[in-house]
Amino acid sequence: MPRAHRVLPGFGLSLGFTLAYLSLIVLIPLSAVFIKSAGMEPARFWQVVTSERVVASYELSFGMSLLAAAINMVFGLLLAWTIVRYSFPGRKLIDALVDLPFALPTAVAGIALTAIYAPNGWIGQFLAPLGIKVAFGPAGVLVALVFIGLPFVVRTVQPILEDFESEFEEAAASLGASRFQTVRRVVLPALIPALLTGFALAFARAVGEYGSVIFIAGNIPMVSEITPLMIITRLEEFDYEGATAIASVMLLVSFVLLLIINSLQGWMSQRGRRIS
Amino acid sequence: MSIEIRNIVKAFGNFRAVDNVSLDLPKGELVALLGPSGCGKTTLLRIIAGLESADEGHVLFEGKDATSKHVRERQVGFVFQHYALFRHMSVFENVAFGLRVKPRATRPSEAQIRERVLRLLDLVQLSWLKDRFPAQLSGGQRQRIALARALAVEPQVLLLDEPFGALDAKVRKELRRWLRRLHDELHISSIFVTHDQEEALEVADRIVLMNKGHIEQIGTPRQIYEEPATSFAYSFIGNVNAFRGKVEGGYVRVGSDLLPHSRTDLSDGQPVIAYARPHDTEIVADGPAANGVAARVNRVLTNGNVSRVELIANGPDRGVAKDYFEVELGAEELAQLQLANGQRVRIQSRRLSVFEDQPLG
Amino acid sequence: MSGAVATLSGRAPSRETRFESRVATRDSTWVKTVVLTVSLSFFALFIVLPLVAVFVEGLRKGFGPYFAALVEPDAVSAIKLTLLAAAISVPLNLIFGLAAAWAIARFDFRGKQFLITLIDLPFSVSPVVAGLIYVLVFGAHGWFGSWLSDHNIRIIFAVPGIVLATIFVTVPFVARELIPLMQSQGRDEEEAAVTLGASGLKTFWRITLPNVKWALLYGVILCNARAMGEFGAVSVVSGHIRGETNTMPLHVEILYNEYQFAAAFAVASVLALLALVTLALKTYVEWQTERNAAPETE
Repeated sequence: MPRAHRVLPGFGLSLGFTLAYLSLIVLIPLSAVFIKSAGMEPARFWQVVTSERVVASYELSFGMSLLAAAINMVFGLLLAWTIVRYSFPGRKLIDALVDLPFALPTAVAGIALTAIYAPNGWIGQFLAPLGIKVAFGPAGVLVALVFIGLPFVVRTVQPILEDFESEFEEAAASLGASRFQTVRRVVLPALIPALLTGFALAFARAVGEYGSVIFIAGNIPMVSEITPLMIITRLEEFDYEGATAIASVMLLVSFVLLLIINSLQGWMSQRGRRIS
Repeated sequence: MSIEIRNIVKAFGNFRAVDNVSLDLPKGELVALLGPSGCGKTTLLRIIAGLESADEGHVLFEGKDATSKHVRERQVGFVFQHYALFRHMSVFENVAFGLRVKPRATRPSEAQIRERVLRLLDLVQLSWLKDRFPAQLSGGQRQRIALARALAVEPQVLLLDEPFGALDAKVRKELRRWLRRLHDELHISSIFVTHDQEEALEVADRIVLMNKGHIEQIGTPRQIYEEPATSFAYSFIGNVNAFRGKVEGGYVRVGSDLLPHSRTDLSDGQPVIAYARPHDTEIVADGPAANGVAARVNRVLTNGNVSRVELIANGPDRGVAKDYFEVELGAEELAQLQLANGQRVRIQSRRLSVFEDQPLG
Repeated sequence: MSGAVATLSGRAPSRETRFESRVATRDSTWVKTVVLTVSLSFFALFIVLPLVAVFVEGLRKGFGPYFAALVEPDAVSAIKLTLLAAAISVPLNLIFGLAAAWAIARFDFRGKQFLITLIDLPFSVSPVVAGLIYVLVFGAHGWFGSWLSDHNIRIIFAVPGIVLATIFVTVPFVARELIPLMQSQGRDEEEAAVTLGASGLKTFWRITLPNVKWALLYGVILCNARAMGEFGAVSVVSGHIRGETNTMPLHVEILYNEYQFAAAFAVASVLALLALVTLALKTYVEWQTERNAAPETE
C-alpha cells in the first residue's frame, strides 16, 4: 500500500515509467503470442504442437537441457569448490573466466564448439575414429548446453560456499565426524537450495537456447532439432500460426520454470537468513 | 582429564597471537581464559581443541601428547561462540550428530542414541524442543543445545568459546549460574574463554589472565582480584585508581605530590605506576604539608551503606594515568569528611601497589 | 601441518584460503588434487578451449585475411549496426533500471514482488520467442502490419526491429543489479537529504547515484555485452540483408554458412575480445565494490 505521506518524491513518475516501459517492450508483445494462439482453431493448434517432428524436438530440448543442467550441477559444484576453497596459481583468472558463457555471444560459442567437435575438428578428429560423433548430432546439443549453463550453477553455489562459516565444519569435526561425513551431512545439505536453483536456472536457459546450439546440432529432423529451431523453421515457411503455437508452449514452460526458480530463490534466501 | 600446555607459539603472519604459553590445568576444574580481545585466548582454546595447529609447543591430555591428534580424535567438546548449530537438522538430530557419525563398530544403536539424546536434552532442560529447528530457538536455548550436542560424545574436556558473548545481559546471568551448577554435577574439565572479568570471577574455579599472547597471572578468582601480580592484572580486573610517577625514597612522586609506599626494592628515579582499589583509597584534608595526590570532589554517590566519591585530578599535567579517581567509603566516614562538591582534598592509599612502569605503547 | 598444502601449490601459507588455513575445513592433499584436476580439466575443455579456438581459427589464414575480413564493407556495416543497437538499448534500459529501482526500493506498494518477477521475465523467454513476438506485432501479418505498410514504415526485417529485439533481451540487466542493492541500502540516506532541504532531483543525483554507481556500471557492462552479442532474437527480426540488417553475430553466421570459416572466426574473435573486455571490466568493478564494502578486511 502506498504510504499516505511520502518523504521522497517521484513515486508516480518512476512507477508509471516502469510499468509503461515494461508493458510496451515486454508484456504487450508477449501477450501477442497467447492472443494469436487463442485465435487458432484448437484442433489445428493441437496438431501443430503435437506433430511428430515438434514432439521429437521437445524430447531433445528438454532431455538434453536436463542432462546438461545435471552435468553442470556436478561440475559447477566442483568448480565453485575449487575456486572458493583452494589456493592455486590462476585462481582469480579462472574465477573471472567462469562468466565467459554469459559474455561470449552465443553464435561465437556455437561456431567455436563446432570447430572443436566437428569430425575434422580439434577434438572431433580423435573421437571420429572411435565412432564417437559429437558435433552434428544430439551430443553436440548437449555440449553447447553444458557450455552456456555452467556459470549458473557456479555463481549460485559460490557465494553460499564463500559465506559458509567454518564453525559448522569445525563443530562437526569436534564431534568426531570424518571429513567425508562433514561434507556430506553438514556442507552439502546447506548447498542444496543453491544447487537446485543453479540447476533450474541452467535448465531454463538451456531450453530456450538457440545461437550456440544450431551450429553444432546439425539440425537433422527428428534427431537433432531443438524446439526454438522449430519456431524458426515455421517462420521461414511463413507459417506464423504454427510458429506462434510452438512459441506459446515454450512460453508456458518458461513461466512455470520462472515460478519454480522464484520459489527456490525464496527458499535459498530464507535458509541463508535463518541463523546469523 | 588434566591438560598440560607446553611452550605453545602461534603466529598469524607477523602477529604472535600466542607467545610461548605454558599452562597446567588440573582435572575437573572450570577454568576461565580471561583477557581483552586480541590477547590470544580464543586461539589458545582452539589450539587445545585441535582446531588450530600451533607453530611450536605441545598439548598434553592426561600426560599424553595430543599435539598431532586431529580434532576429531581428541574427544573434546567444543561450544562455539555462535553455537554453529546445523540449521537443516532438528534439535534432536543436532545432539545426535556426534553419535551418528561414529564408525559402525562403535556407533550406538538407534535406541541407545535416542535414549542418550533425550537424557542430554533433559539435562539442559529442553526436551520439549527436540523437534524444533535451530532457527526457532532463542539465543539461550541455542546455547544450551550446543552444550548438549558437545556433551553427547562424552568428551574428556569441554571447551567453550565466549559461551555467553552473544546473549543479552539477563539471559547471560542465568546461564552463568546454570553452567556453574552443570559443572558441579558433571565435573568435566572445562575451559571457557571470556573477556568479561565479572563472568570469570563469578563462574570459574581458576582464572588464567592473558594479555598480548602471554599469561599475566593464574589464580583463583580471589587471588586474581585481591593480589594482582602485574600492572596489567591490576588495571584489567576491577576498578582501580592509577598514579604515574617516580620513586623518591619511601614515596612515589606524582607531579608535585607524594604518595607513601612500602616497596623497598626500587631505586630512586625509577618510573613507576601505582594502583589502589577504590575501597583501599582514602580521602584526607588538603594542607600544605599533607601527603597524597591533590584532587577536587566532583560527585558523591550514595547507594545504601557504601558511598562512592568521584574526584577530578587537580589541574592538568599532574602525572596521573587517569584524570579522575574513585573512592569507596562507608556512610560514617563520609559523614565525618563532610565533603562538598568542588572541595579540594588529597587522596592516598593504605595499600598502594607499585609496579615498574613500562614505556607507553 | 599447514605446510603440506601450501607447498603443493607453491604459495606462501598466508595466501591460503581461510578454509585451507584451518584444520577442520582443510581437504587432504589427495582430495584437493583430484578435485582440482577434475574441475580444472572440465574448465579447460568447456571454457578455455572454445575461447582459444576462436582466435586460432580466425588467424588460420594469417593476419592479412584476418584484417581484410574486418574491414570488408559488409563487416563494417555489421559493426556499425551492432554499435547502434547497443547505443540505443543500453541507455534506455539504464533509465528503465533507475526508474524501476527507485520505485521498488524506495516505496512500498502492492504487487512489488510480482513486478520484480516481471522485470526478470525477458531472461526466461527464449530469444527466438523474443524475436517472434515483434514479428507478431509489427510484421506484415501482425497487429500493426497493414497500418505500417500503409505509412511505409518498416520495423520487421529492418533496423527498428533489431533495436526492439535487443532492448527486449537486455531489459533486466541494470534493474536487477540496482534493485537488491538499493533495497539493502534502505531509504534513510535519501530521507535525511530531503529533511536537510535537498530537492528530489538533487537527492537522487548526489545521494542515490554515488551509492549505486558501481552496481550501475556493472549492469551497464553486462547489458552492453548482451546487446552486442544477441543472436537468436535479432536473427528472427533481421531478414539477413547484407550490409543493411546484419549485426556482427548475424554476419558471423552468414560467413560461416558460406564456408568462409576464417572470416567468420575473424569477426567472431572481435566479439570474443569484447567478451574478454567485458569480463575484465566486470572483475574490476567487483573488486571496487568489495573494497568499498569492506575496507578493513583482508
